[in-house]
Amino acid sequence: MTSPKSAGAAPDGREPITRMELMISYVLRGGVLLSAAVILCGITLAAVTRDTGYAPIQPHHLPDILAFHPAAGPGYFPTAPAAVLQAALIGKPYAIIGLGMLLLIATPVLRVALSVVFFLAQRDWLYAGITVFVLTVLLASLIVGVG
Amino acid sequence: MEPITFSAILFGASVLAGALGALLGLGGGVIIVPVLTLMAGLNIHYAIGASIVSVIATSSGAAATYVRDRITNLRLGMFLEIATTTGAVIGALVAGWLPGRVLSVVFGLVLVHAAWTMFRSPQEDVPAGVVGSPLATRLRLHGEYFDPSLRRQVKYQITGVPEGFGMMWLAGLISGLLGIGSGVFKVIAMDIMMRAPLKVSTTTSNFMIGVTAAASAGIYFLRGDIHPFIAAPVALGILLGTVAGTHLLLHLRGAAIRKVFLVVLIVVALQMIWRGIQGTIR
Repeated sequence: MTSPKSAGAAPDGREPITRMELMISYVLRGGVLLSAAVILCGITLAAVTRDTGYAPIQPHHLPDILAFHPAAGPGYFPTAPAAVLQAALIGKPYAIIGLGMLLLIATPVLRVALSVVFFLAQRDWLYAGITVFVLTVLLASLIVGVG
Repeated sequence: MEPITFSAILFGASVLAGALGALLGLGGGVIIVPVLTLMAGLNIHYAIGASIVSVIATSSGAAATYVRDRITNLRLGMFLEIATTTGAVIGALVAGWLPGRVLSVVFGLVLVHAAWTMFRSPQEDVPAGVVGSPLATRLRLHGEYFDPSLRRQVKYQITGVPEGFGMMWLAGLISGLLGIGSGVFKVIAMDIMMRAPLKVSTTTSNFMIGVTAAASAGIYFLRGDIHPFIAAPVALGILLGTVAGTHLLLHLRGAAIRKVFLVVLIVVALQMIWRGIQGTIR
């Protein structure tokens, strides 16, 4: 396979950046499908076992759960990534759904991380810098989100 | 109502919202949030949390389409992601301490604007005689693409980088604040301020939406706004509905029924503003 290091078009008429992004796009689609599958597993498990893994939601809880933010009690679910992962591994349905959501959120982050690698390989320092900045913002959002 | 029945209803409504969102070119999030808050009496923070993960799912799932068309300006998108992600983080943080009624009013205003913009369906012409700015040249933002309707290669130059960047920051802020893709604002930034051809602006905007949404979704998740009971059926429903709607889109583009839906959406948006002012939104 020819891999031109220059910014010029490859023999198939596509710039390296286009071919790279196309490859990343398929990774993204895989990420979405994987997270959708995990979420579906969580829902199915919750529906079949009638158990969320936490305080169960009874019909009379419904209005309150929809209207307010429960810190604990019926409708509780974990939000700290480590707790989500731990509970998902022992099969708690709401934690499995949470894990699927985290995978989904991580998918675009992965795209940006792969772009960084590509630009570094191309020695395109300007765009390596730009994508590193975006990646930093994405990762920093998880730090400020905790605080 | 049994919780499982409620989940099934949420799923069904989300499939419809996703299909309609794809049909109108607005995205499912902007439709499901009013449905959940006005009709199901849902806390708007949960509605927004469910919407933002749907936005990631639909845009990331379709990413290959936007890259393959070779109209998307990848460098322009990546550069402007600096603005949208920083805006989105601020938006998501602000949304955490804003009362639901204020979010409802802002959401209504943004929805009126978006629906009205789509109703007018802007002219598809390629701006002529744009001289690219030195900054855009240094960032290598100029581009070209093959336009199938004009049947020729279109070369274009980019200008107005600071203004476009500012507008993009605002688009990111709105995306983070309301849990929507805010594609309409992204298109304004590129189309009007940076003078990119409309086709390029639309596809590049779609390309950027997933990364922008990821910047705020993490904050929503950690805050507990992404409730499994609500977000799971909504995300899966919208994903399914969008895939279906995208296939229908090929047949229904430009149909009069589109305009009818947009008028309905404007009425819904006005209701969100009104209910927010009344204070009957939670």
